[in-house]
Amino acid sequence: MAFLDRTARSLLLSELVTGMSLTLRYFFRKKATINYPYEKGPISPRFKGEHALRRYPNGEERCIACKLCEAVCPAQAITIEAEPREDGSRRTTRYDIDMTKCIYCGLCEEACPVDAIVEGPNFEFATETREELLYNKDKLLANGDRWEPELARRLELDAPYR
Amino acid sequence: MIDTVIDFLLNDPIGIVILTVIKALALLVPVLIGVAYLTYAERKVMAAIQLRKGPNVVGPFGLLQPFADAIKMITKETIIPSGANRVLFVMAPMLTFVLAMLAWAVIPMNDGWAIANINVGILYLFAISSLGVYGIIIAGWASNSKYAFLGALRSAAQMVSYEVSMGFVLVTVLLCVGSLNLTDIVRAQSKIWFCIPLFPMFVIFFISALAETNRAPFDLPEGESEIVAGFFVEYSSMSFGLFFLGEYANMILMSAMTTILFLGGWLPPLGMEPFTWIPGPIWMIGKICFLLFTFIWVRATFPRYRYDQLMRLGWKVFLPFSLIWLVLTAGALVAFGWLPNA
Repeated sequence: MAFLDRTARSLLLSELVTGMSLTLRYFFRKKATINYPYEKGPISPRFKGEHALRRYPNGEERCIACKLCEAVCPAQAITIEAEPREDGSRRTTRYDIDMTKCIYCGLCEEACPVDAIVEGPNFEFATETREELLYNKDKLLANGDRWEPELARRLELDAPYR
Repeated sequence: MIDTVIDFLLNDPIGIVILTVIKALALLVPVLIGVAYLTYAERKVMAAIQLRKGPNVVGPFGLLQPFADAIKMITKETIIPSGANRVLFVMAPMLTFVLAMLAWAVIPMNDGWAIANINVGILYLFAISSLGVYGIIIAGWASNSKYAFLGALRSAAQMVSYEVSMGFVLVTVLLCVGSLNLTDIVRAQSKIWFCIPLFPMFVIFFISALAETNRAPFDLPEGESEIVAGFFVEYSSMSFGLFFLGEYANMILMSAMTTILFLGGWLPPLGMEPFTWIPGPIWMIGKICFLLFTFIWVRATFPRYRYDQLMRLGWKVFLPFSLIWLVLTAGALVAFGWLPNA
């Protein structure tokens, strides 16, 4: 009986028909692809993209040159030099991130006591030369100014989980 | 004025040649455009089955993609490997392409629309499609590359194996028709398409057609994952393009052949009112498109055969099966007195 069953199935191509009907059903399904760059997928508030240095609402930069991010960075991508400013506050004179070294682990963001260095939602910062990926303080602060509304919203959304 | 032109075209020897060239162009240009859009359709259908979108950037819905590909292909550099046999290397893609075009001469798109309505049409088709293997063998040999050579060997063995059972399928159809003329074969299906009484033969013919055109799941001669691209690894630019065109033209040709043999060519499914409003060529093209969709659908569904499985299917399954069905059909035709021309 099992032999008959097997023979009948192979003669009637039952497996082939099953496979073909499955692919035909998929043919009519909704497509999973989105039209990047015209459409983009949703991004979590914790998404770790391009770095930015934030400022306080009064325009003062947040970073206090504690160098915790530099210390924690597993790829040693961050270089910081600091000295006291005329008003006596402790500020960085140099804050560089080598984006070609960075592994986007987010530890700098975790380590920062003043929420100065953050990883933003931007993942489209490809450049044509390697040098453009060696970010300095100006570039990072500019990023912060550019993305600030979005950065603040993300921090607020993620705050309950921290 | 018009009368003299018509008279010149129909009766003068030179006029007949000119008329035939016009007819050939009227058939081949749509075929080539069909080839271009078959590549597009293949990408779109495969994409849909894999939940992707496929080409959609060049032109509306990506409809200009085939032309972009063609321009790219033409403008690339042709490279002839230093170890290659130059004459044969250049000749092989031309041969493949010419043979794929040549076969269209006998295909009737409507009653009496064949360019050459010859009495041995089916033999001609079979002969031309068998010659197709030469393009592949010559390409594989002339490239002087081991992958190309392996691909050519595989393809030669595969095509020979599947032509045998295809031959028996053809004989079965011919028994029911009593003629080798393609127009007669279609006319004989005016009552019922042969795909219904000869359904197993239809399936065997279709699967053999897949093997004959080196399509998945029988694409061992190309076998991207094992022998890179098989017989045309060494080809570039337009010589590669000619292989590509030839392969897709062969797919359309095989679909046309299946349509004529089993799906009633230009005939509507039922010879009555709503169906007969649609002209014959539209039916023919519609059926060809359906079969081409199935070609692509099969490719998106099944993985590639192993070589021994391929040979087993050809020689140990299809050959005995089609032979038995041939004998059964012949017996039934004689026993019930259904033989044509009897």
